[in-house]
Amino acid sequence: MKVTYPHMGSLSLAMHGLLSGLALEVIPPPPITRKTIDLGVLHSPEFACFPLKVNMGNFIEALSAGADTIVMAGGTGPCRFGYYAEVQREILKDLGFDFQMIVLEPPQGQADLLLERLKPLCARVSRRKLASLLFLTWRRIKAMDRLHARLLQVRAHEAEQGSATRAYEQVLARLAEARSVRELELALREGLAALEAVPARPPGETLKIGLVGEIYMLLEPYANLQVEKVLGEMGVTVERSIYISAWIMEHLVLSSLRLKGSRQVKKAAAPYLNHFVGGHGWESVGETVLYARRGFDGVIHILPFTCTPEIVAQSILPVVSAATGIPVISFSLDEQSGEAGFITRLEAFVDLLRQRRSGRKIYASGQR
Amino acid sequence: MPLKIGIPRALLYYHYYPAWKTFFETLGAEVVLSAQTTKSILDTGVRLAVDEACLPVKLYLGHLADLRDKGVDFVFVPRMVSVEKKRYLCPKFLGLPEMARFGVGDLPGLLDTEINVHQKYRETRSNIHALGRRFTRAPWRVSHALREAKKAQAAYETALRSGRTPRDVLDGQAGQSKDPKIRVALLGHSYNLNDPFISMNLIERLREQGAQVITSEMLRPQDICRGAACLQKDIFWTLGKDLMGAAFHLLDNGGIDGLVLVASFGCGPDSLLCELVERAYRRDRRVPVLFLTLDEHTGEAGIVTRVEAFCDMLLWRRAI
Ligand code: SF4
Ligand code: SF4
Repeated sequence: MKVTYPHMGSLSLAMHGLLSGLALEVIPPPPITRKTIDLGVLHSPEFACFPLKVNMGNFIEALSAGADTIVMAGGTGPCRFGYYAEVQREILKDLGFDFQMIVLEPPQGQADLLLERLKPLCARVSRRKLASLLFLTWRRIKAMDRLHARLLQVRAHEAEQGSATRAYEQVLARLAEARSVRELELALREGLAALEAVPARPPGETLKIGLVGEIYMLLEPYANLQVEKVLGEMGVTVERSIYISAWIMEHLVLSSLRLKGSRQVKKAAAPYLNHFVGGHGWESVGETVLYARRGFDGVIHILPFTCTPEIVAQSILPVVSAATGIPVISFSLDEQSGEAGFITRLEAFVDLLRQRRSGRKIYASGQR
Repeated sequence: MPLKIGIPRALLYYHYYPAWKTFFETLGAEVVLSAQTTKSILDTGVRLAVDEACLPVKLYLGHLADLRDKGVDFVFVPRMVSVEKKRYLCPKFLGLPEMARFGVGDLPGLLDTEINVHQKYRETRSNIHALGRRFTRAPWRVSHALREAKKAQAAYETALRSGRTPRDVLDGQAGQSKDPKIRVALLGHSYNLNDPFISMNLIERLREQGAQVITSEMLRPQDICRGAACLQKDIFWTLGKDLMGAAFHLLDNGGIDGLVLVASFGCGPDSLLCELVERAYRRDRRVPVLFLTLDEHTGEAGIVTRVEAFCDMLLWRRAI
């Protein structure tokens, strides 16, 4: 069995660690390139959402490199994601690939059947090994998320462009390779220190921008045209509203304990959107309100073209923006989005926020 | 003076109008429908909605604006989350009241009752009762209205199953042509197929070409379920299940000459499900498929030619 999986930001590194820890032969999908996207687009339904197309590119490249088993996540609706795997499997079959697809979801909502499905993956290790492996993976994801959140702050102040990103990537590789929780903790501690040690510009004010939107687009830098890096290098402190560790905590841990997480987000969203709409649409609205309350300068909303839940959010965000006074811009991206145009629009948005900020100050000190 | 309740002639109107109308009228309200779709209703909707919204949602907002201008007391914009266990309508229905409120300015009162059979069965009942209680103080009158509504809905569904389309029944149209030469399945969202403006009269055009038109409403629920059971994974969209179930049932034992599959631009579920249907039919090779995507720019001429050519081809296949 040669397993592969789709890319999704640093999560794929954790996935790789998990699968190889299960003593499986892992064929990681080659890094996403233009060719990946072109392949995916060519073989996907024209109006499918962008993440499905990128997944397809990953699968085709990995299967061509010899993989025969795909591990993919699933869902129970109401958004399209829950049906991705079905469509992808049929298309890949028609393309003539011989493979099996293991979908990580409780079939018909029955948790015990999920374990049944996972058996082929876990057959080679003992239960104890499996438990410690899962724990290590969880800690790895958490460590990666912490490091990333710090990167977004440090990058806005770096003296030499690219230095924070370089430091981050080195540590990330160490986190990916750590074989025990101790190694992991050590790597994280040293990594955070390395980020702190990145030479900074003389202190000054930076803008603060919150990122909200669809989970894949926020997590996969190739898909979001590296929005965090572009902003960071313009000297903007960025905060991303979605982290996988928080997502796992809320959807897998808390919900299985029947506890409700993220009440705050939902409460914040309530005056504007008082119901879940699938995907992260509800959260996009709620997080925007919270960023406004925390005094952020602006919010960037990123969605894949035609993403159903986020279109609901997109319809409502202008109202949130008007009511709370925080500027919001939506970017709907797909394979046709050009980087140049994207950066120009980002720059214009950042300029606007800078002007607003200096305007506000002048106004506040009564010099107007 | 009875209260005037506006119902947009769009989206689930085609599925549930008889029930809604009976419910409100039994409670003594007056039901006002928006006008038949016109170019200006569509244009208004396109202007009010975000660019990327699907065509049916844009159209819905246009119809709401029409109702607002008609001066009704309330508009009925239910939040239809789920109408059966384990299945949802699409995410846009979940956020429809908000898209309506923030998209269309100056709306009269919004009756945004939540219908969520999957997750909140009991609450759904009490939501409906609460809605009824806005019109009467007597609980028994609400229960009575609900019973009447169910009866009207059942009668509607029986009428559909006798081979008529929602528009045939709702607008009292003639229905099938007398002696059809071919049997064509027409699958897609009811609110696309039955709106004569955005579907460019697709149903009539097919009938003019001598086709007997079969839609999913005409099939028995058990056939749809059996058809949908061909899928590896149970479908979590009600409308999607109807589409897939009908497609697979008709492929196996529907005796159809061709399939016309209609998706709307920007529809999430359609983008995946139509792909699966098309693939299944292509693998099977027996039944030709015409796949149409509707958007606000679709040219009538193009569609007409394609439909005519398709029907000609089906007639030819029959002849040889
Ligand atoms: S959230 Fe949006 S992009 Fe993601 S699967 Fe759903 S519709 Fe597609
Ligand atoms: S099912 Fe499709 S067409 Fe209908 S509201 Fe949802 S996205 Fe729009």
